Amino acid sequence: MSLTLDQVERVAELARIAVSAEEAAAVMAQLNRVLALVDELQAADTRGVAPMTHPLEHEAGVVQRRRPDEVTEPDRREEFQALAPAAEAGLYLVPRVIE
Amino acid sequence: MLEAGVAELAEALEARRVSARELLDLFLGRIRAVDPALNAFVTVAEERARAEARAADERRAAGRPASPLDGVPVAHKDLFCTRGLRTTCGSRMLADFVSPYDAGVVERLARAGMVLLGKTNMDEFAMGSSNETSFFGPVRNPWDLRRVPGGSSGGSAAAVAARMTPAATGSDTGGSIRQPAAMTGICGLKPTYGTVSRYGMVAFASSLDQGGPMARSARDLALLMNAMAGFDARDSTSLERAPEDYARLLDLDLAGLRIGLPKEYFGAGLDPAVGARVMDAVGWFERQGARLVELSLPNTRLALPAYYVLAPAEASSNLARYDGVRYGYRAKAYTDLADMYRRTRAEGFGAEVKRRILIGTYVLSHGYYDAYYLQAQKVRRLVARDFAEAFARCDLIAGPTTPTTAFALGEKADDPVQMYLGDVYTIPAPLAGLPALSIPCGFDEAGLPVGLQLTGNYFSEARLLGAAHRFQQATDWHRRVPRETPL
Repeated sequence: MSLTLDQVERVAELARIAVSAEEAAAVMAQLNRVLALVDELQAADTRGVAPMTHPLEHEAGVVQRRRPDEVTEPDRREEFQALAPAAEAGLYLVPRVIE
Repeated sequence: MLEAGVAELAEALEARRVSARELLDLFLGRIRAVDPALNAFVTVAEERARAEARAADERRAAGRPASPLDGVPVAHKDLFCTRGLRTTCGSRMLADFVSPYDAGVVERLARAGMVLLGKTNMDEFAMGSSNETSFFGPVRNPWDLRRVPGGSSGGSAAAVAARMTPAATGSDTGGSIRQPAAMTGICGLKPTYGTVSRYGMVAFASSLDQGGPMARSARDLALLMNAMAGFDARDSTSLERAPEDYARLLDLDLAGLRIGLPKEYFGAGLDPAVGARVMDAVGWFERQGARLVELSLPNTRLALPAYYVLAPAEASSNLARYDGVRYGYRAKAYTDLADMYRRTRAEGFGAEVKRRILIGTYVLSHGYYDAYYLQAQKVRRLVARDFAEAFARCDLIAGPTTPTTAFALGEKADDPVQMYLGDVYTIPAPLAGLPALSIPCGFDEAGLPVGLQLTGNYFSEARLLGAAHRFQQATDWHRRVPRETPL
């Protein structure tokens, strides 16, 4: 499978990455080279093979742990918000969304 | 003293032949002398390190060292979060990011008393095999400044090789510890998935990412693992296992050890000089009584395309968090919220990271999920099965870490697929979650180091380290000093 310019635009929109009209052709060419590599997968016979989602899933006793739904973190809002590009009065500032 | 590894420095500190402060001055001086040519460090943490070294000396003086490694310097790959010290991940996106907490690995090594020299350069978000994708510029190989050190832990590898630090941390998703270790003539271990905490290690591909140690000997790797590994409740993939001594098999008896040689690791694409040095090392093991077992890992060829679906897919999800709202870079000019996201990510990420996010987004998108992502997960199982069958017949698998020695800066920069193909031998182990290490085993005609990769079954790190240590007792490849950074 290879991507068209329209599809590159669509994927870039889904990924929220601006791709300029000048870049688009070069990006498409590079993505298609990578897709040609991964297309080798299509030749693999995987009938009856279950997808492997965790690298240790067949190791005895290895399961994804869960924890109790309890608050364990202290409130460090001010410290965290000090990292934000724009924050004020405990709020993260972004461009106006609702007119 | 610059020549000394972790174990020797620990002994010297214990015997009071040197203080942590003296060691720190020595390595800071070395960094000042050679790093301008290499660019291995993004940040040198001089002030913080001085305080840590002083504290280490005080503990020693009081007869209460925090651990055998108390006062030994270390550098962290710049994706391990460090409180109060920036963590850039080699990206413009995080160029000014100062984490509000320490990573689990950072905490553990600090608790062991290790002195943090600084943060090492890396491919952006650990995506790359040459350290050329860093926002902070490429790292150069101390064996030849025109060549790459490998990646993505290229800064850590170059820093250890050039004797700027006795040890460093790295992270390995598809080879990012082992490949740069091979290309700079040092040692690196990717542990079994879940062994080393990923808490505070910036995520790339969560089903593959695993932190590990980089140093100049297998014995040093074992000592570092003793301090780094262990359960961390804050990482949901961290394994609850009894603590183990990774140095317990350093005297491994090689007689009868079954070493598997997969024919797929010695086929087309392998530089003959690399293959020859690896077979020299294999021959040494055979002379010590090891038995060679020829075998096949038939799905090796499919591991690479499976990886380049799974890793970008997970990356596209993990990197969705960089949106310019809560932390990190934000574009200066935009029209509305959606435009702010798009421009922030277009400007904050470099070309390779964007390429992987776009590939990942595509393979996960409606209509393509089964053909790519699900198919890659099935192939992942085939790769893991190959190893399971192999380890019924052998105790460890030997082969080259990389198909070639270090390549020239810029040589593969314009061709992502050529770059990816160099990961062919390092990708299978993380797909299966297995431990693997790389140690130096000689040089090619150009005088560039060659890496021997040993892969073992789950939780067999101690045995891998034992085999590597035995080899290093009989050889001196790991003691060679890079010619561009003489002592």
